[in-house]
Amino acid sequence: MKRGAIVLIVIAAVLIAVPLVIRNEFYINLASQILIYALLAVSLNLLLGYGGMVSLGHASFLGLTAYATILFFTWGAGHFTAAILAIVFSTLCGALFGVLALRATGIGFLMITLALGQIVWGIAYRANMLTDGDNGLRFPARPSPFGIDIASAPKFYWFTLIVFALALFVIWRLTQSPFGAALQGARDQPRRMRMLGHNVWLIQWFAFVLAAFWGSVAGLLYVYYNLFISPHAISLQQSAEVLLMAILGGASTFTGPIVGAIIITLVKNLVSSYVDRWNTLLGAIFVIVILFMPFGLVPGVKQLWARWQRPAKKVTVAAPDKPECAP
Amino acid sequence: MQFWIIQTLNSIAFGGLLFLLSSGFSLAFGLMRIPNLAHGGFFMLGAYFGATITHFGGNFWVAVLGAGLGVGLIGILFERFILRRLAGNVQGQVLVTLGVSFIIADLCLMIWTGDPWTVPAPPSLRPPLLFGGFAFPTFRLVVLGIALVTAVALYFLMDRTRLGAMIRAGVDDMEMARGVGIPVSLLFTVVFCLGAVLAGLGGTLGAPMLNAYPGLDSDMLPLALIVVILGGAGSLVGAFVGSFAVGFLYNFGIALFPDLAYFILFLPMVLVLVFMPQGLFGRVPT
Repeated sequence: MKRGAIVLIVIAAVLIAVPLVIRNEFYINLASQILIYALLAVSLNLLLGYGGMVSLGHASFLGLTAYATILFFTWGAGHFTAAILAIVFSTLCGALFGVLALRATGIGFLMITLALGQIVWGIAYRANMLTDGDNGLRFPARPSPFGIDIASAPKFYWFTLIVFALALFVIWRLTQSPFGAALQGARDQPRRMRMLGHNVWLIQWFAFVLAAFWGSVAGLLYVYYNLFISPHAISLQQSAEVLLMAILGGASTFTGPIVGAIIITLVKNLVSSYVDRWNTLLGAIFVIVILFMPFGLVPGVKQLWARWQRPAKKVTVAAPDKPECAP
Repeated sequence: MQFWIIQTLNSIAFGGLLFLLSSGFSLAFGLMRIPNLAHGGFFMLGAYFGATITHFGGNFWVAVLGAGLGVGLIGILFERFILRRLAGNVQGQVLVTLGVSFIIADLCLMIWTGDPWTVPAPPSLRPPLLFGGFAFPTFRLVVLGIALVTAVALYFLMDRTRLGAMIRAGVDDMEMARGVGIPVSLLFTVVFCLGAVLAGLGGTLGAPMLNAYPGLDSDMLPLALIVVILGGAGSLVGAFVGSFAVGFLYNFGIALFPDLAYFILFLPMVLVLVFMPQGLFGRVPT
């Protein structure tokens, strides 16, 4: 525990120091981007890893919040009100989507979330009156929460970092809570959980709403970061990318999605500046990860680490739970 | 009046095209329990193959066949060397098909560039058919005819042949089918390949109406998904009815309420999934 605390402090110090060490604005912005996607991936992982539900429509919450923030703001709400209203709106949509999607399990759940994600995308793409279609919407300027200006890249990074850290702490506590245990129980043994008197549907629905809420927070950061939203940001491909982040890092762990978000965002940005075949690479990573690393990087590295630490003893690390849907 | 007749005819012809796209998709879904999210990519590949063959002077019907065979081959390879490795891991299989769909879309963009490729309809079918004072596009009627012939052929295959009986057994109860000695895993390859061939044929047949362009895959895949969810996975009748229903919804939706076209399409799908998870004619819960 003590060592864990030290590691945590070191990581926090490094994260805070990023803009001081790296002076290049491009890389500071990249770091902000990574934090935003990491939050999105962690929120998705509440469903995927802890709940065992594969959602292919998670980017829609990012989009709903982003569009709603801009629309509420242009309709005259202040920055703060617009942000709150947008997150409430998007979370309510999440509550509705959850009711619909949880009618099914497994592949059915996946397909309903995909359909809902496509509906949101389709409305963003086609409803020109509201969303200006393919052109997208602009947001005039970043807010200044509590009078602090966050327009510059380093300041926005710190702002994002604070929100990210708070969100991560709350989500982490949640996964350690009785609710987290119940959610994992509902994933592994839904029938037994029902026998024990738990309302499995309610547990999974609540997880869906929470995932939508934190996804919406990521969406708010997204729109503050880009000051722009277009249907491209909520396409099926975007939802798939977030899913890949969680799977690549390891959906059965808490930190996995963060690692996945770091890798995918870095690869995407670095590769995109040299070649424009990002989609091929994304697809290839998808196929390779699922074929050869179904549990993801973090559990794999942990296993190697355990083996390296005690080479004499035969260490059998329990295979991490497969993030699998209920049959 | 003219508007309604033309739109109705277009809807029916488009429904026929959708049947070619989604019948094989539905059979594979019913048997293998996974939606092949690369199916839209197969359709687009078919369109590009056909466009390439006609571009180099090939006959249209040769192009249709060539596209079907080419995409069918890709389907076999994909099933044998990728999906097969993930047998039993349904979720992994779906995600792999999604990954492959990205690869197909991006490689098509690289090879055939971002400009759309047009495929001219065969010259003999270009003049419209005049009937009772209305001009019907001949080519669309021919596509509809091909779709109907395919539907009848598939019906006989599924209902009157040994192979069809085995596929139906696999769809209904895979474990029992394996138990009585039906080579279900071989059927996977056969059905998956059949779906790919039909998608490839459909891609070229549809190309004179739709063109081959980047994004064709993501335009067609949702339609196939909706057809199968409406009709029920693994049901030929369901795919048939679903195709024409979606043909009408899509055509009239685009013509009458362009802003809400996607909403009109996906809403019935969500409703059916929510209230009749097996689809209207389904045997297998999705």
